[in-house]
Amino acid sequence: MFPFNFEWIWDMSHMVFMGGLWYAMTILGIGMTYCLIKAVVDTLQGKGAHH
Amino acid sequence: MDSALFPKGVKRCPTWQFALWIGAVGIVLLWGVYAMLLCWLKGLNQTNMNDYYGFALWIWADLAVIALGGGAFFTGFLRYIVGKDELKNIINFAVLIGFICYSSALLILAIDIGQPLRGWFIFWHANVHSMLTEVAFCLSCYFGVLTIEYIPLILENRQIDRVPFFHNLAHNMHEVMAVFAATGAFLSFFHQGSLGGVAGVLFGRPFAFREGIFIWPWTFFLFTWSAAAFGPCFTIFLLKITEKITAKKLVKDSTVWLLAKISGWMMLTYIIAKTIDTLYWLTVTAPAAGYGAGFFYDNWFYNFGWLFVEIVVGGFIPALILVSEKGRRSPGLLFLAVLLGVIGVSVNRWVMVLQVMAVPVMPFDTWALYYPSWQEVATTILPVAYGVILVSLSYRYLPVFPNEMELNAAPAQAEAVVDEELPVQAAVARA
Repeated sequence: MFPFNFEWIWDMSHMVFMGGLWYAMTILGIGMTYCLIKAVVDTLQGKGAHH
Repeated sequence: MDSALFPKGVKRCPTWQFALWIGAVGIVLLWGVYAMLLCWLKGLNQTNMNDYYGFALWIWADLAVIALGGGAFFTGFLRYIVGKDELKNIINFAVLIGFICYSSALLILAIDIGQPLRGWFIFWHANVHSMLTEVAFCLSCYFGVLTIEYIPLILENRQIDRVPFFHNLAHNMHEVMAVFAATGAFLSFFHQGSLGGVAGVLFGRPFAFREGIFIWPWTFFLFTWSAAAFGPCFTIFLLKITEKITAKKLVKDSTVWLLAKISGWMMLTYIIAKTIDTLYWLTVTAPAAGYGAGFFYDNWFYNFGWLFVEIVVGGFIPALILVSEKGRRSPGLLFLAVLLGVIGVSVNRWVMVLQVMAVPVMPFDTWALYYPSWQEVATTILPVAYGVILVSLSYRYLPVFPNEMELNAAPAQAEAVVDEELPVQAAVARA
């Protein structure tokens, strides 16, 4: 659920619950994106090719 | 035939033997899948759930595997946040068990909601006043964390690791694993707690209701505490079974003893808190609601024996064995302790799910005992078969146990391994 959905209410419950969910998903998303991008860069630089 | 996929330097059983094993467990898995499909295609009338029992056998299984899978978050917390480096030898196995437990829990929930195509409703049309919504959020996110923790292990398969991109990806994921582990610990704290909170806020059911602090009943904290305490027990329990089946030593004793010691102290402190909570509930909370202590155990099936098994047999006894150095270093006592611990926490979840609904709440009510249908039994056994298959596949093809080669090498080979890995220490030892 997002703030633009008709069910959304600007109260503490919605902000804490949904904010917590987005917060956790953002950390996981940013973490994995970082790992994937760095893996692409490392591979292009030839790292890990002769281990 | 598939030996090129094995981790470097280890031995595995022949392919035909492995295929036979997987086939035998696969039959049980298919039985569970058949029952699951019946529940999805024909509906929840395939179960014996009714107006008394909205939570049935598989919800107990769900809560039990979530508690037992707590070994992953707590071992990860100890390894990455507290800095117990010794636990690196068992963390892969703990993650694997956690991954199995949490994927099983989500599978059970997918069966339980009856219409899995509407599973996304809980995220989109969330009831923000429900502790179960918080459980669903944290459970899903934590399963994401466990998947992220399990992926590097798959990428480290001997053949996959040869691909530079996958090698680099696994390396990078290991580098930031502390961030994922911290997120996992945060998520686990809340969903384990909220599962306990669900029972504790049921003011219409005096067997479950507990007082607490702010919006959290004491059961919130006890559930988190028990998962952190008993989860590692389950990891050690399965490790010992795996070692027995494979006839190999897979993890150093010092690592197991450390985890057992921490688990033992967590169990002892938990069970003391649980005893205080139970005594307060029996002498203050329940009488205030008009119920005597004996009322909740006045049944041929649900008697005081459950309380004794939960607190003494599955709580104090394993805790006291594990906190004693002599106890945890004895292989027999260690296995007994972790087995009792697993039984203890499973009984706790049983009581908080099924006994809660069995106890009469109205003057005209009687005890309502529950008998699951075969479909429920099959779908509850399904995760066990799935877990056995995933552990077998992971053990065969992935480097789950980093010390396996060293611990199982022949004497001459072992010396070579020591020379290679610890040249200075080996030279000192020889001198």
